[in-house]
Amino acid sequence: MPVRNPPVVFSRLFDEIGTVDQVAIEERVAKYTTRSIKKGSKVWGLRMAISMVDLTTLEGKDTPGKVASLCQKALHPHPGADVPSAAAVCVYPSMVRHAKRHVADTGVRVASVATAFPSGQAPLKTRLAEVRSAVADGADEIDMVINRGAFLAGEFAEVQDEISAVVEACGDAALKVILEVSELETFDAIRAASFLAMRVIREGDFIKTSTGKTSLNATLGNNQVMIEAIRDYYLDTGRAIGMKPAGGIRTAKQALQFLIAVKETLGDAWLTNERYRFGASALLNDLLRQLEKERSGAYQAPYYFSDAADSY
Amino acid sequence: MATATPDKKAARPAARPSSRPLPELIFGDLWEFDPAPETADPKLKARYDLFIGGQFVAPRSGKYFDSVNPANEQKLAEIALAGTADVDAAYEAAQAAFETTWGPMPGRERAKYLYRIARLLQDRAREFAVAETLDGGKPIKESRDFDVPMAAAHFFYHAGWADKLEYVAPGARVAPLGVVGQVIPWNFPLLMLAWKIAPALAMGNCVVLKPAETTSITALKFAEILQDAGLPPGVVNFVTGAGEAGAAVMGHPTAAKVAFTGSTEVGKIIMRQLAGTEKKMTMELGGKAANIVFADAPIDQAVEGVVNGIFFNQGHVCCAGSRLLVHEPVAATVLAKLKNRLKVLRVGDPMDKNTDVGAINSRAQLDKIRELVEAGVKEGADLYQPPCRLPPKGYYFKPTLLSNVTQSHRVAREEIFGPVLSILTFRTLDEAVEKANNTAFGLSAGVWTDKGSRILKMATELKAGVVWANTYNKFDPTSPFGGYKESGFGREGGRQGLLDYCRIVA
Repeated sequence: MPVRNPPVVFSRLFDEIGTVDQVAIEERVAKYTTRSIKKGSKVWGLRMAISMVDLTTLEGKDTPGKVASLCQKALHPHPGADVPSAAAVCVYPSMVRHAKRHVADTGVRVASVATAFPSGQAPLKTRLAEVRSAVADGADEIDMVINRGAFLAGEFAEVQDEISAVVEACGDAALKVILEVSELETFDAIRAASFLAMRVIREGDFIKTSTGKTSLNATLGNNQVMIEAIRDYYLDTGRAIGMKPAGGIRTAKQALQFLIAVKETLGDAWLTNERYRFGASALLNDLLRQLEKERSGAYQAPYYFSDAADSY
Repeated sequence: MATATPDKKAARPAARPSSRPLPELIFGDLWEFDPAPETADPKLKARYDLFIGGQFVAPRSGKYFDSVNPANEQKLAEIALAGTADVDAAYEAAQAAFETTWGPMPGRERAKYLYRIARLLQDRAREFAVAETLDGGKPIKESRDFDVPMAAAHFFYHAGWADKLEYVAPGARVAPLGVVGQVIPWNFPLLMLAWKIAPALAMGNCVVLKPAETTSITALKFAEILQDAGLPPGVVNFVTGAGEAGAAVMGHPTAAKVAFTGSTEVGKIIMRQLAGTEKKMTMELGGKAANIVFADAPIDQAVEGVVNGIFFNQGHVCCAGSRLLVHEPVAATVLAKLKNRLKVLRVGDPMDKNTDVGAINSRAQLDKIRELVEAGVKEGADLYQPPCRLPPKGYYFKPTLLSNVTQSHRVAREEIFGPVLSILTFRTLDEAVEKANNTAFGLSAGVWTDKGSRILKMATELKAGVVWANTYNKFDPTSPFGGYKESGFGREGGRQGLLDYCRIVA
């Protein structure tokens, strides 16, 4: 049964939620990059970041074998060392049942992209069927893409109704709504899309920056726009929505800067993997490497870490 | 679980079940940052003499006073106490340099010295940043990212002018004035020195400068740079000390021009003292700037700008946006967002790289801030200070919001020069303009709106030397800076700033 939300009038939405000034956002986030995180606080941040990683493989060449290795890495990021597991593995729907075998009952969750990821250009019926199938295969979380075509055409209600339909299809699985920020282009549009999504998803669901399949992914700037939207929505309604920046966060230093943004914008209650995630793959090993450096005082070569893509 | 029913309440979030507590953000210590002290050596001497005629010389009186680190009240160095005889000697050296070396030197040669000074300052940027922070109490990230780089930028900019002075006043020839006397304040010791010295030297003048009593160290370290740069002796002279030395510098018969940055009170005394003389004057005095936020402004960014406008350098900024004028429809939202923003400002040790708000410059200034804030509360303003811990020693004041302030409150009229924001509201654009201009000062103003035409209208109607639109506290050597009314006269920076250091000859 199709879900119908109240119609969303383009201009009225912007009047309600206000505008964003790009120059000032970039000035604000530049301040996060000057924070100096040392010693104990660095270790805490690195461990927190590891526990927030949605370890991701989204390639045409993914196989059950590749997914098995990804799951093992998520469970034991650095064998022999005292580090937390990653939050989840993030795979294509066809890989969900393979992933589930490895991480069931471990605390590591299986997230599946769905809804004709990354373009979303399939009939709604097909997209919903894909969601249901991934959930049936055991996905704990669904990462959907919004209908950017409809958004840019001003069909806000259509965007929102489709998100509602996916919420319904998710059942008990948590939902992450990918805005694909690079296709929305402006910070105003990112804020508007954040509100469209937040108004129909459930507490514990997430909004997410990007698919990782376009030229521009998560930045401190678009992350800031989205967490400010989450904060404003929370203060208005009491409903806490999670956030997942994805793509482009490759270094521990970047991850810490994103966490500083969370600490200073949303506060302590969002410093948990129930409310904040990193969609990343290469990031995990850099977090481990920095953590080892804090422990031993020296940097280790990339080949000391498992599944290092850039071993030399 | 999740149902298909659209959540109408979520779509229209105005109605909140009253049983649920008001949502609040928690800015606690779940992730407390470890200290991150800047460790570069400021290379301070135990004792600093006067810098006259290219040499460090002891004061005639033989007297020295202590320069104290306001962050922990410890003595940093001894500074020479100059008397009138020392000021005489400085002017004599400057006049000689003007007549023999600097005055006759072609502009392209003067430029070389200015470029050299700028580069030497860049080379020693970290050392100077640390010295500035220790002496003045401002956060290291500000002296590192703002004060020192901007000071170097002013020397670079004016070095570029030195061989192009025929374009300063097209159609006319310009000539230097001679020796200029300069007195600078304690809020941006090195930067104000650069604002004063760079245009004076580019134009061919020689300088006698007195730094503020509490912040002389970077000027005297800068003297070392002048020696390293091989600047001819006497071109720049530093006399340190208190009010007596300042009065002697301003009133000296040799001075062809005096330039003063400081309080309106002292500015008026100097103007009285110099009335009837032929000296040229420029005065950059106090301010009580209005930062005006309209309802259509991007509120979070406006809040960020308001915070930057008043808490930058602990509010020790003459152009600080110390009066927030906020459009009534968004007044409550802006106040709530300001409070949340203040909770994550890090107040404390200025040498810590994560400190946002450092130490108040002196005990006297701290007392003044306290007195004015108390007066504000007594007159009915609502006080908000975030729950932050202040270091046990040193001069600190929590970032402070005073709301429900009206035009008749003292805190809306007098310059506090501290981390205190007075919040007033307005209903219409005309009312905003009227309130913004209803002050004895006129140095700067800020406008926050999404509407371009409104920005242009406000910029025309606000009587302020600088009007920032959707930003605040932006500086550039190419941009003239100065005030209206009791904020002073004359401009610093840009072509206009140079015009105040020359005379037009035919």
